[in-house]
Amino acid sequence: MTQQVPLVDYLVLGDRPHLVAHECVQCGARYFDRRNACARCFAADFRNVEVPGQGEVTAFTIVAFAAPGVPVPFVPAVVDCKGTAVRANLINVPADPEHVRLGMPVRLATYMVGTDDTGTEAIGFGFEPVGV
Amino acid sequence: MSDDVWILGISMTKFGKHPDLDIVDLAARAARAALDDAGVGMDDIGVLAAGNLMGGGRLGQNLQKQIGQTGIPVYNVTNACATGATALRTAVMAIKAGECDIGMAVGAEKLSGAGLLGAGGGARSDATVFEPTGRFGAVTTLDGRVGTETMPGVFAQIGMEYAHRYGDATFELFARISEKNHAHSTLNPLAAYTKRMSLESIMNDVMIAYPNTRPMCSANCDGGAAAVVVSGERLRRMDPEQRRRAVKISASILTSDPWTDGCQVLPDINTLTRNAAEQAYRAAGVAPSDLDLVELHDCFATAELVHYDNLMLCAPGEAVSFFESGATWRDGRTPVNVSGGLQSKGHPIAATGIANIWEVCHHLRGEAADRQIEGATVGLAHVIGLGSACGVHILERAA
Repeated sequence: MTQQVPLVDYLVLGDRPHLVAHECVQCGARYFDRRNACARCFAADFRNVEVPGQGEVTAFTIVAFAAPGVPVPFVPAVVDCKGTAVRANLINVPADPEHVRLGMPVRLATYMVGTDDTGTEAIGFGFEPVGV
Repeated sequence: MSDDVWILGISMTKFGKHPDLDIVDLAARAARAALDDAGVGMDDIGVLAAGNLMGGGRLGQNLQKQIGQTGIPVYNVTNACATGATALRTAVMAIKAGECDIGMAVGAEKLSGAGLLGAGGGARSDATVFEPTGRFGAVTTLDGRVGTETMPGVFAQIGMEYAHRYGDATFELFARISEKNHAHSTLNPLAAYTKRMSLESIMNDVMIAYPNTRPMCSANCDGGAAAVVVSGERLRRMDPEQRRRAVKISASILTSDPWTDGCQVLPDINTLTRNAAEQAYRAAGVAPSDLDLVELHDCFATAELVHYDNLMLCAPGEAVSFFESGATWRDGRTPVNVSGGLQSKGHPIAATGIANIWEVCHHLRGEAADRQIEGATVGLAHVIGLGSACGVHILERAA
């Protein structure tokens, strides 16, 4: 079987793909990057928590003009996953304002980003409209 | 008050394409014009703060080598799009600290033809072997796969977030803001673009990042701006004409973005702007309703809307109805960006945070000719650099 790796380390693959946040043990602030300390309360202890795979679109744009090599259009968005803000593209939806709406309910979905020189596949994530 | 700091002289070059001028030329033109405007010379300047973001550094010393090497302390400043305001505040702080009584701040940038900012400038280059790297353990590039790094896309989302929270902010509404600023620019001979644009032409122009079309984005261009600042104590001993034209810096505030929920997912440009505005109004003893004009950081049409709210020009959540009332047109209650704003005047990054102060001073001195806001006595200048840094200055006409 082809080896697969997640696009980012906070995406967990498998039967039930999901995102994992680093949650500050002291104040509960959540982050997706490698941390030195908490930007809110300055504590340095974190635990990994699963982020709900359902959410609501609270902001989006439709990028029509990007750096060379970046396919357009695509739909960057902020998704509120039951209290955790997540940055992701909206996928499996036409990239136009008739189909993408603020407040739209969405759920996590994965897709293949590409294959590297060793044959390893990278799996990325986005959010798709619920009901697709 | 004797501990106030004043603008003694201020200048900006025309913004636009200057293929024959380098960054030092632009800075030198602005600096020498500001010195002339102030009625002082390089040997009067006790501190120099020089802002430049994209040019590689050391603008201050390079400028001195063209216009006067006097051995004074030089601070080379970068702070994203707040670079110019940060340079000005650096000079103000040196005076407040008592290190000198006259200082100069300069900002200059060459951006003509720079294209899309924020994506690293080059083409996306994907990894050939997927190995996790960086703070997200990414196996290849993320721009375009996990959101966007481009400025138009980031600021589009910021406007859409406001629309989600408060409603009614449509593509057309954002385009109308741009229509206003392009209309204002027709009266500004130093603006990069001075063409009036119809709402229809703005909405039908090239889409960059919905809902921002090209004319709704700040214009990359070349430019320089400079200010000479003086202590109140020193100003009192100057000529009556210098005192008459001096403009009081009633507040000079710089903030960074405090932690807010989600701020590391989409930058929160609201909280630090509101914090800066609150501090500035308190320091100046001025209320938003006192402002005769505002130059705010309309790097994109979507940004101008949220800053009506952040600068407390309207009640929380009411930026849309505030704009629709006509308040921010030049004949409205609180004229905003009568210079044409970044969308038409242009946005040579490090010059912007001094050029907006030049615009306000121009009106407070009654020297703005065709676009003069009659009787202007107090104004506010705002910039924000993503990352983030916010500068707010409140300026008042000499009594």
